[in-house]
Amino acid sequence: MKGYNFAYLDEQTKRMIRRGLLKAVAVPGHQVPFGSREMPLPYGWGTGGIQVTASILGAEDVLKVIDQGADDTTNAVSIRRFFARTAGVRTTTATAEATVIQTRHRIPEKQLREDQIIVYQVPQPEPLYRLEPSRVETQRMHGLADYGLMHVKLYEDIARFGQISISYDYPVMVNERYLMSPSPIPAFDNPKMDMMPALQLFGAGREKRIYAIPPWTRVRSLDFVDHPFRAINAPHPCGVCGATDSYLDEIVTDDRGGRLFVCSDTDHCAERREAAT
Amino acid sequence: MTLLSGRGLNLDFGGITALADVDVDLWPGEMLAIVGESGSGKTTLLNVLSGRLAPDAGVVWYRDPNDHRHDVHAMPAPALRTLHRSDWGFVHQDPRQNLRMAVSAGGNVGERLMAQGARHYGDIRGAALDWLAQVEIDANRIDDLPRTFSGGMLQRLQIARTLVTHPRLVFMDEPTGGLDVSVQARLLDLIRSLVARLRIAVVLVTHDIAVARLLAHRIAVMQRGRIVETGLTDQVLDDPRHPYTQLLVSSVLSA
Repeated sequence: MKGYNFAYLDEQTKRMIRRGLLKAVAVPGHQVPFGSREMPLPYGWGTGGIQVTASILGAEDVLKVIDQGADDTTNAVSIRRFFARTAGVRTTTATAEATVIQTRHRIPEKQLREDQIIVYQVPQPEPLYRLEPSRVETQRMHGLADYGLMHVKLYEDIARFGQISISYDYPVMVNERYLMSPSPIPAFDNPKMDMMPALQLFGAGREKRIYAIPPWTRVRSLDFVDHPFRAINAPHPCGVCGATDSYLDEIVTDDRGGRLFVCSDTDHCAERREAAT
Repeated sequence: MTLLSGRGLNLDFGGITALADVDVDLWPGEMLAIVGESGSGKTTLLNVLSGRLAPDAGVVWYRDPNDHRHDVHAMPAPALRTLHRSDWGFVHQDPRQNLRMAVSAGGNVGERLMAQGARHYGDIRGAALDWLAQVEIDANRIDDLPRTFSGGMLQRLQIARTLVTHPRLVFMDEPTGGLDVSVQARLLDLIRSLVARLRIAVVLVTHDIAVARLLAHRIAVMQRGRIVETGLTDQVLDDPRHPYTQLLVSSVLSA
């Protein structure tokens, strides 16, 4: 597109972000500060993810953008179109075809490969944010791997609700060293992060932090010995494709209590339906 | 063998002398009271001994369970932090400084255990229940938030939270300050029995001579940053030698 640099950001900014990414990959789960830029979309819509994507995108890349698992929602469509126009890259909705996947709130159901990169949009990178108000103190806690406080939160959940009630943004330990927020993906997706063959990058635009999980890295969801981690999902098959192993959205179909449970990963659902016919 | 000893401690805040050539020794299982009026440097001494505040000159030695001596102020930050949440405890005058007010009583008691790596919910809850019983808090309050507790209960909860890891050394800064007299008496009783049973060494800062007499084995009297008199509690309080100690003892009101 005329008047814009490739993928919107100027080359200096991309280099700065790539330096941050290299450091983030070298120290898995550690939050690296970066000079987040103003982007032509509001905070909370993926300004962090879009900057990471812009700085790793090459002319040959194929981009997929998902929002809550879907390829056809406003956020996904507009970011996909943004890069199609400013970088001229090929875009796709098929998980298997993509080389870069930018995501909000989900990890695709299909197992990712070593030649793929997944970029998460992160609203709040600090997993201890609601527990310890001081950023100076949380940094010290990360430095000393002093994570007892996170378990206090889990203890409180069990004491109050009889189980750990965190259903999304479920805290994880990366490589048994850093406590990390996996961004607001459902706890259901947490096991997919463990030993994932693809590179996982996280960008938080407003909070100006980047972090990463290199391929084949241990990612463990926090739990207690006698209250192990459980992935929560609606106890139904998908109403469209019949899948029983995918994460489901609940859709209200009428005002008389009608409900439909469908795969939140639209590409996965469509692929299964095609295969069935 | 001393558990904790300070040698030649000096600290100035600008032109104000907070500590001047202070030597202190604490033996295992002993309770040492530091008394003196406001501004005499009691709390500063406590902060220096516990490694929270660095002195201008002097050394604080701590002897760990393996009989190794550590210079507290030369210890790396992670080691000092580990010490503070396992072998040591700190009881503040205001329990709100130590407790997490948005976390239930059980969570507060369990935090130090979880910080040490306890990952079994049932065990942590068992320990919390046990400690609440020891500090005379009803078991059905375990899931209540501390903000629903009275002042005396908060202080007892703080003590349970501190002692749950069985520390060898506890620093107490005016633990009974701000409580009414009957609550104070019960709390003192509780502290005395717990400390004696668990054989914890305590450095207790207080301005209240009566508290010192009730709890402490030994006493050190501070005035303007110096220790002016030290000895067995009864000896110092019954037969004060230094004019300042005589003044302190004679100014206690008897009911």
